Amino acid sequence: MNAGWPAIEFVVNGETRNVHVPPMKRLLDVLREDLHLTGSKEGCGEGECGSCSVRMNGELVNSCLVPVLQAQGACIQTVEGLACDGELHPLQQAFLHCGGAQCGICTPGMLMAAAQLLANNPRPTVAEIREGLAGNLCRCTGFKRIFDSVLSAAAQTEIPMASETHAR
Amino acid sequence: MSAHAKTRIVGSPVPRKEGVDKLLGRARYVDDIEREGMWHGATVRSAIPRGLIRSIGFDRNIDWSEFAIVTAADIPGHNHIQLIFADQPCLADGKVNHCDEAVILLAHPNKHKVREAAAAVRIEYEPMPPVFTIEESERQDVIVWGADNVLKSFLLEKGDVDSAWVGAAHIVEGEYRTGAQEHLYIENNGVIAEYSADGGVTIWGSLQCPYYVHKSLLAVFDLPEDKVRVIQTETGGAFGGKEDYPSILAAHAALLAMKSGHPVKMVYDRMEDLAATTKRHPSRVRHRTALDGNGKLLAMDIEIATDGGAYSTLSSTVLSRATLHSPGPYVCPNVRVRSRAWATNIAPYGAFRGFGAPQAVFAIERHMDEIAAAIGIDPIELRRRNFLHDGDTTATEQVMREPVILDQLLDRALAESGYNGKRARFAKENKTNPVKRGMGIAAFYHGSGFTGSGERNLNSLAGIDVTADGKVRVLVSSTEFGQGTNTVLTQIAAEAIGIDYEDVMMAPPDTGIVPNSGPTVASRTSMVVGRLIERACLQLVALLRKNVGLGETFSREEFFAASERYRATKGEVVSLCRYEAPPGIFWDDQKYRGEAYPAYAWSIHVAQVAVDTVTYSAEVEDFWAAQEAGRVLNPVLAGGQIEGGVAQGIGYALYEKVLLQDGHMVNNQMTNYIMPTAEDVPPIHVYFVEIPFSHGGYGAKGIGELPHDGPAPAILNAIRDAVGISFTSIPLLPEDLFAKLAVRTGVEEVAAV
Ligand code: FES
Ligand code: FES
Repeated sequence: MNAGWPAIEFVVNGETRNVHVPPMKRLLDVLREDLHLTGSKEGCGEGECGSCSVRMNGELVNSCLVPVLQAQGACIQTVEGLACDGELHPLQQAFLHCGGAQCGICTPGMLMAAAQLLANNPRPTVAEIREGLAGNLCRCTGFKRIFDSVLSAAAQTEIPMASETHAR
Repeated sequence: MSAHAKTRIVGSPVPRKEGVDKLLGRARYVDDIEREGMWHGATVRSAIPRGLIRSIGFDRNIDWSEFAIVTAADIPGHNHIQLIFADQPCLADGKVNHCDEAVILLAHPNKHKVREAAAAVRIEYEPMPPVFTIEESERQDVIVWGADNVLKSFLLEKGDVDSAWVGAAHIVEGEYRTGAQEHLYIENNGVIAEYSADGGVTIWGSLQCPYYVHKSLLAVFDLPEDKVRVIQTETGGAFGGKEDYPSILAAHAALLAMKSGHPVKMVYDRMEDLAATTKRHPSRVRHRTALDGNGKLLAMDIEIATDGGAYSTLSSTVLSRATLHSPGPYVCPNVRVRSRAWATNIAPYGAFRGFGAPQAVFAIERHMDEIAAAIGIDPIELRRRNFLHDGDTTATEQVMREPVILDQLLDRALAESGYNGKRARFAKENKTNPVKRGMGIAAFYHGSGFTGSGERNLNSLAGIDVTADGKVRVLVSSTEFGQGTNTVLTQIAAEAIGIDYEDVMMAPPDTGIVPNSGPTVASRTSMVVGRLIERACLQLVALLRKNVGLGETFSREEFFAASERYRATKGEVVSLCRYEAPPGIFWDDQKYRGEAYPAYAWSIHVAQVAVDTVTYSAEVEDFWAAQEAGRVLNPVLAGGQIEGGVAQGIGYALYEKVLLQDGHMVNNQMTNYIMPTAEDVPPIHVYFVEIPFSHGGYGAKGIGELPHDGPAPAILNAIRDAVGISFTSIPLLPEDLFAKLAVRTGVEEVAAV
């Protein structure tokens, strides 16, 4: 399908992937439909909710706003790339135990935003967490247990946040 | 009794049952699921609020033979979606009653093509005069529903209100209004449907109540019960918004599946979800209250009007809950509540966390502060003088037989928030500071479970079984959508049997597998269904003791070994229980008298608010919530319910406004319908006082809706405390603050820009 399109190549969760899709196709749709990485979610399709957040070249992006063309040669991490060898990432552990996920639909994006925050700021204050997660909406938790989760993960870890390229 | 016993698993913060799947991104929500040969559906909706359909035109540039096209004429059974009354069509037939009403359905293998095609269908109308507000509907110049526009009315009377005014020391009147509110679950409504002539209809969907969808489909397709199967997929938030709407959406997708011969997925985008699906009912509540010279309530005359939208849906039950929560947690000898739900030509309003109570609680709790100001009593003191206590009777003459500890909750909330000290300090600081701070409270209850005879009518069935591979499964149609159903029900089962939390799992939420344990609504799951599971477990243990020699005390290995012996000799290891009403309860549906709810959860909220008189913004700086909701089954989940509910309540009060133009929602995007973000929600301090309820699962009462009832009045009371001006309507946006504050301070209009 769509084989006529030129290849776009990028690395997702440490694996090189090639897709032949329309260059303006949204990265979110490529991840979900072509690569079957359905962890990233669509909540609004217009850059407001952050449930489609992924990390791309060390930045947090809303994948619903990124044409896949822009991902050419990029290094991308999605929620599926957080856990390593079946071990939950410290953030995932913390969300599980602190109650940071309720319905779970914002969680993949929230985890990526939190991972991005800790990569830039390994010991954030609550005010910094609020700011770092302001682009990610959660309708269930009232955010408090998400802040607790990030604080707890930050306290526990020696910041293994360069996992974007970790070997699988 | 189990509720008082020491427990191992109930009451502990075990991790969420489906938590790991959600955190790994492998939980399957409906849009994550593909079916072989699947097509995509789209809906052509009405562009006008009311009128006759004259013609339907299909753009000639599109090859319509590629599409499946469904109209009302294709419906094999009844063209209605019935919740309570059968007035809402599945697809409009010749006439539309609100904007964005579904008229035609399309399906195509390509998701983008089907959306383009939907936009290329032209419907011509003969418009009819619409009704957009409660007031227009009340005038009855234009009748848009039934004989008089009244979707439902109630009259609740206690004592003799009319004769109470004469001797009163004070009479205080007020009118309070609340706006619509969108659920804004982050996952939009969505389903996948399959159809075959032999197998009937199968639905996978994001939904709260599999058996509601099941019942609707039986009527639309005219099928026997075993030919409709409804399976809930992981659900990304609901808050009541997936109680009734999925029945319509499932019917639409199933009609397209039947017509196309393919599985059909319909997942709304945000704009469609916001424009077409249900919201919280707007309300107007009027209070007239008589008090004696000591500030004791003598009479409450309450008039409630809600906007129900174009069809009756759940408006009658929402109105019922509003009626029963309108007098607040106070003793009053004479009460009259007259309530009406009015029809308008707006997309139907529906269930939303709190279900009529937030509107009613906003009115009474704002009104209590107005009374306090009018008669010169401290608002805390006024409440204390009138609180319900054990043994008192409510407005429906229900005797409070369980403990009522409002004073204790109030003491706790005041102490934790430093209420008195802060109020005094803010009063001093406000004189010179352009940022004015204030403290406000709200006292309220939320009735757990269905109203009156509701639970008896539901007659829920739930239970457990033991699988051949050594797991206990909880058999319920009660669904998980973030609130913690899976976790608390498996905790209860593990506790009651005496096995590990890891030994218990949920059976799939599939009407082909699980019995009807009732809808997942009304804060009933932990209390009512939890109790059924507790009983079913004890019943199974007794069965194994009697039949296969399970000992008085046993290990988990012995339990599973006994289950296997039972399976080998007697067959399936299963135990089901049916709902039994607590003894001695009475409810008169006609007079609205008796035990309105089997139990009540009680709460005090305190808000600390800062109003910036330069920018006209109000900010909640800190928030305290103290509650008694029976036994807390899981402290992490329970805390999360309170915090999430408070955050939604803050949005209801200060952020979230549905803007309608000619009956159509015009801010139907996340860019312009604004909910509180991580930067807006204040610290929320949560305190539980636990009094186990003898008829709830391990002593639980309802908790999910309670926290949404209090924030709005607490916040507006705090704003009154801060600036000395009463606001009686929500949402309260900066422009509304400006309108009143600017007048007082003499600011010129230009300052707004
Ligand atoms: S779906 Fe991308 S930001 Fe909402
Ligand atoms: S957990 Fe449901 S939206 Fe965040």
